[in-house]
Amino acid sequence: MRVSRLPWDLMVLLGLLIAGSLLASFFIPGFLDFRYLLDTSTLHAEAGILALAMTFVIVSGHIDLSIASNMVLSAVFAGLMLKSGMNPPLVIGLTCVASTLLGTLNGVLVVLFRLPSFLVTLATLAIYRGTAQALLGPKSVAIPKEMVGLDQSLVAGIPWPTAIFVMLAIVSGLLLHRTVFGRWTFAVGTNEEAAVYAGLPVARIKIWVFALAGLAAGICALLIDSRLGVARHDLARGLELDVITIAVVGGCAIRGGKGSIPGTVLAMLLVMLIRTAMGVANVKAEYQLTAIGLLLVLAVGFGGLRGSPRATKVNL
Amino acid sequence: MKREWIALLLIAILCLAVGLAEPRYLQPRSIDSILLWMPLTVVLAMGQHLVVITGGIDISIGSILAFAGIGVGLLLKAQPGLPIPLAFACGIAIGLVLGFVNAALIVWLRLAPLIATIGTLAAFRGLTFALSKGDQIDGSTLPDGLTSLASNGVSAGGVTVSWLLVIGLGVAGATALFLRFGAAGRALFAVGSNAEAARLRGVSLSKATFVAYSTCGALAGLAGVMYAARFGFVNPGSAGQNFELTVIAAVAIGGAKLTGGSGTVTGTLLGCLLLSCINVALSTLGIDANWQLLAYGTVILAAIVVDGIRSKAEVAR
Repeated sequence: MRVSRLPWDLMVLLGLLIAGSLLASFFIPGFLDFRYLLDTSTLHAEAGILALAMTFVIVSGHIDLSIASNMVLSAVFAGLMLKSGMNPPLVIGLTCVASTLLGTLNGVLVVLFRLPSFLVTLATLAIYRGTAQALLGPKSVAIPKEMVGLDQSLVAGIPWPTAIFVMLAIVSGLLLHRTVFGRWTFAVGTNEEAAVYAGLPVARIKIWVFALAGLAAGICALLIDSRLGVARHDLARGLELDVITIAVVGGCAIRGGKGSIPGTVLAMLLVMLIRTAMGVANVKAEYQLTAIGLLLVLAVGFGGLRGSPRATKVNL
Repeated sequence: MKREWIALLLIAILCLAVGLAEPRYLQPRSIDSILLWMPLTVVLAMGQHLVVITGGIDISIGSILAFAGIGVGLLLKAQPGLPIPLAFACGIAIGLVLGFVNAALIVWLRLAPLIATIGTLAAFRGLTFALSKGDQIDGSTLPDGLTSLASNGVSAGGVTVSWLLVIGLGVAGATALFLRFGAAGRALFAVGSNAEAARLRGVSLSKATFVAYSTCGALAGLAGVMYAARFGFVNPGSAGQNFELTVIAAVAIGGAKLTGGSGTVTGTLLGCLLLSCINVALSTLGIDANWQLLAYGTVILAAIVVDGIRSKAEVAR
């Protein structure tokens, strides 16, 4: 059922993407310069990677509002470890472990106390960023030079963050659409009760999904440290908006059971296109915020009108 | 009544402990700060309370506050002679419209409340910048009649209950009466505890949603004017930022179930008081403001985990 739906959604997105690019290049000469777009893509790789993980979370019928806060805390954590002179490979490993644990904590709280995930992650959104703020205060940690500038270096002609995004997109695409785990994720999101009766390890699946979101936050923490050269507590404020927007524009149904990685990738490109075009046209960051907010609302509204999400849930 | 006693007990323990460590905490001056910190949270929390009872959530209140604060500020700049009550009415009207937008998205476009208000959190904040052109509303444009509402009030024994707090308590009283005796108020509980059963009894989910979110918006608009009175300026970027977390924390501490259907105004009021005490305690003890966000987050988490354990125990029974 989801496979038959995919192409239509993807075609709409693809159409929007092409129309948007043409429109942008019409108004902004030289906008479709491939090199330039590749360079800018590094700015959006983090949101894209987080959105890949968010796709799993939303497909499973949940949401992780704390994903950007987790990234910021992990970025600060990595910065402090690097400052203390730990060797970089160890820091990379520990950062990913820490962020995965923070993500797992969300999942455990959701499962253990049967709490709605948006409440748990709203609390941890404050806790994770609050911890980063308590640790650092208004100060910032400088990242050692050898770790800075990954976004400036290329692999096969592509900036590293973008290449990592592409690789992760392929891996998560296979994981969500071609493995048992992916199928289970859809099953839990479509009808949790049915999944329980079918004998799926529902609690474990949920925890895994949140752990994945945590892992993505860790990877992005390292990317943002390397891109900006400093770690601060107020980095990427409101990034969760972009992340959720990308996932939802990409076709994730907020009540679960629907979504795809190709959709999320196209939506990431669309959001990047919109942000970049607005940036080139000197639209202030605050107005961009309005546009992204509207995009989110329109995308969900459009999806909501097409079919009642409640009707797709089978009552037992 | 149980939850309110817990909140009251926590407040007493906190005051005693902090008072012992730092006697200044129980002096009129810091009690003044506690009372001055409360009104904004109370007004916003009453709106959120209504929304939470229906089983929804409104993340956008901080942005509505900023938009209304800037809007009224600009109005006062253009019309310096505008009577203060009219300024308040304008703030409420602006908030009402924005709250109505939230409700419309949720009812007509069938958005999940969280998603709708995350979207409008961003959209309204952007509109606030558009309206203000990035400029802050300064104290010079705000009439003394407005700012004095924060400094003047009913004084007794060296402690001042500011007019702002009087407004806040008035709003709380009105909310309590509305929820207790208003038909629309009862409908909010009905919808929040079981939307399907409520529909079968002829209670309209859409109507309840419109009432809750529009009122919540209107109160956030009122809070926008109170913000201007309290701080003497309105910044389009920082006004109301993160307020939604404080307010949701207050409601959660007060014992309103964040999944809907229950909650008392007294509980939410005590939640506001507890947060206010914590806030002033942090500064009295010299713990810097950087710990605030962590404290709020922990409080929200503790409150929802306690609720989770309680409802699990109920199910087990």
